Amino acid sequence: MSAAQSPVWLGAQRATPETSVATRRGRTPSVVTAVFAAQWREIARNRWVLAYAIVLLLLTEALFQMGGSGVRALTSLLNLVLLLVPLVTSVFGVVYWHAAREFTELLLAQPVARLRLWWGLYLGLIVPLVAAFGVGLTLPLVWHRALDGETVRLLALYLGVGAALTASFGAAALWIGVRQDDRLRGLGLTLGLWFMAALAYDGVVVWLATAFSDWPLERPMLFAMLANPVDLARTALVLRLDSAALMGYTGAVMARTLGGGTGLAVSAFGLALWIAGPVWLAERAFRRKDF
Amino acid sequence: MIAEMMSDGVRLAARGVHKAFGAVRVLEGVHLALRAGRVTAVLGPNGSGKTTLNKVLLGLVRADAGAIMLDGRVVTGTDAYRRRIGYMPQAPRFPDNLSAREVLTLVQSLRPTEPVDLDASIQRFDIATYVDRPLGVCSGGQRQRVNAAVALLFSPDVLILDEPTAGLDPVASAALKDRIAIERAAGRAILVTSHVLSELDGLTDDVVLLLDGRVQYEGSIDALREVTSERTLERAVAALLRADRAGASRMVTTGEAP
Repeated sequence: MSAAQSPVWLGAQRATPETSVATRRGRTPSVVTAVFAAQWREIARNRWVLAYAIVLLLLTEALFQMGGSGVRALTSLLNLVLLLVPLVTSVFGVVYWHAAREFTELLLAQPVARLRLWWGLYLGLIVPLVAAFGVGLTLPLVWHRALDGETVRLLALYLGVGAALTASFGAAALWIGVRQDDRLRGLGLTLGLWFMAALAYDGVVVWLATAFSDWPLERPMLFAMLANPVDLARTALVLRLDSAALMGYTGAVMARTLGGGTGLAVSAFGLALWIAGPVWLAERAFRRKDF
Repeated sequence: MIAEMMSDGVRLAARGVHKAFGAVRVLEGVHLALRAGRVTAVLGPNGSGKTTLNKVLLGLVRADAGAIMLDGRVVTGTDAYRRRIGYMPQAPRFPDNLSAREVLTLVQSLRPTEPVDLDASIQRFDIATYVDRPLGVCSGGQRQRVNAAVALLFSPDVLILDEPTAGLDPVASAALKDRIAIERAAGRAILVTSHVLSELDGLTDDVVLLLDGRVQYEGSIDALREVTSERTLERAVAALLRADRAGASRMVTTGEAP
């Protein structure tokens, strides 16, 4: 085919600096902002993220209908939140990483620093998930006009804890995805991480506490709680709910040893470390990876 | 050597690149020079190291040894030099929920100082009819056109095109090859990889044949035809491969017939 026969592909002239100035008025976003915005558009339209928001919304609505108050609905959601948020975040995170791998390579081929690109990708992953979580928990309380002072304070704590778990498990999922090129193995590792943190950990701690019941265990138990973000999240929420029946073993030890205010501060600090650690690992792995 | 490269019109070059993944040596001392106004075809069977070489040139894969040079300056490990490169990966998987316009806008915003006319690019690659449709519902050929539009959105000095015509219908494939010829005439240094050697006939100026991570042949296509006494690129490369299997050492390395 000659050039004359394919005018559409070949006929247009390249942009000149003059035309580009006309088409590029306005502020230019930073790399982080641009990548984040594109990720937000992509993930906020993802059917699984929409389903996540809808499931949470239906659960909150159902529990509100049964309990009759916002505090009761949120209290009933506790274990569900602690199971669902890490599970959805880690599975979606690692699956999305592998699905977007080739597009990530295309972005890496642009003149951008890897660190900035990573932050755009990471924030673009977790912010839509946090938004879905927030919408699912908040909307039923809004349309039932159930936002009294106590409910708002508890909801804010739930949103903070949910955001922290999403940030922590999202970074862990990216770390596993970056380190593990095999999709199935990556997914298996992610599910294993979730199983250990959300399901098996408290059982292991109770077993250890029983096996070493003759020893003073307060301090080891506190460290055991700090070693698991789900335990920290549970403790932060339960200290606010003041419901010993919902505490895990480590949470009960913490409530007895440190009390409510200090316990909440320690939980928040521990969760911050559980965000910073996986973020550091994932960002480091991303910067060093051969794509 | 740098002065020689500059005077020779070399834009992007790999010098003595080694890369291993674990125990597997993928590239072993590869030299490559992409010259302004010339199309260089990097050929080789699966696993010969073509894609890894592309990625080393782009900084996606870090070489264990060797250097990447742009206009005679070492740029290994830096980011800014990619402003001079347009990259078309092999059949990329774009995000399903983004449109072609959103992808082009994203790439545009990552290179904010470079002149670009998005509308002209959309026209040039004939993607206007589906530019606002989610890429997840576009066909493979339509996505490949978007891929070409991304690579040629700017005016880079170097183009790296990995299997550029894969998935394109004959009309679009021919149009893209014409586009490549135009870019060559505009003085760009172009690297093309393709398994379909007949696709590269008439388009390629220089040939680099990679076998097991080593450059088995490097030179002009005319020299290759002369060396192998074959008229088409496909037959000439087949002759090189037969010679390799027969145990011959490297036939030509500097573009000159022996």
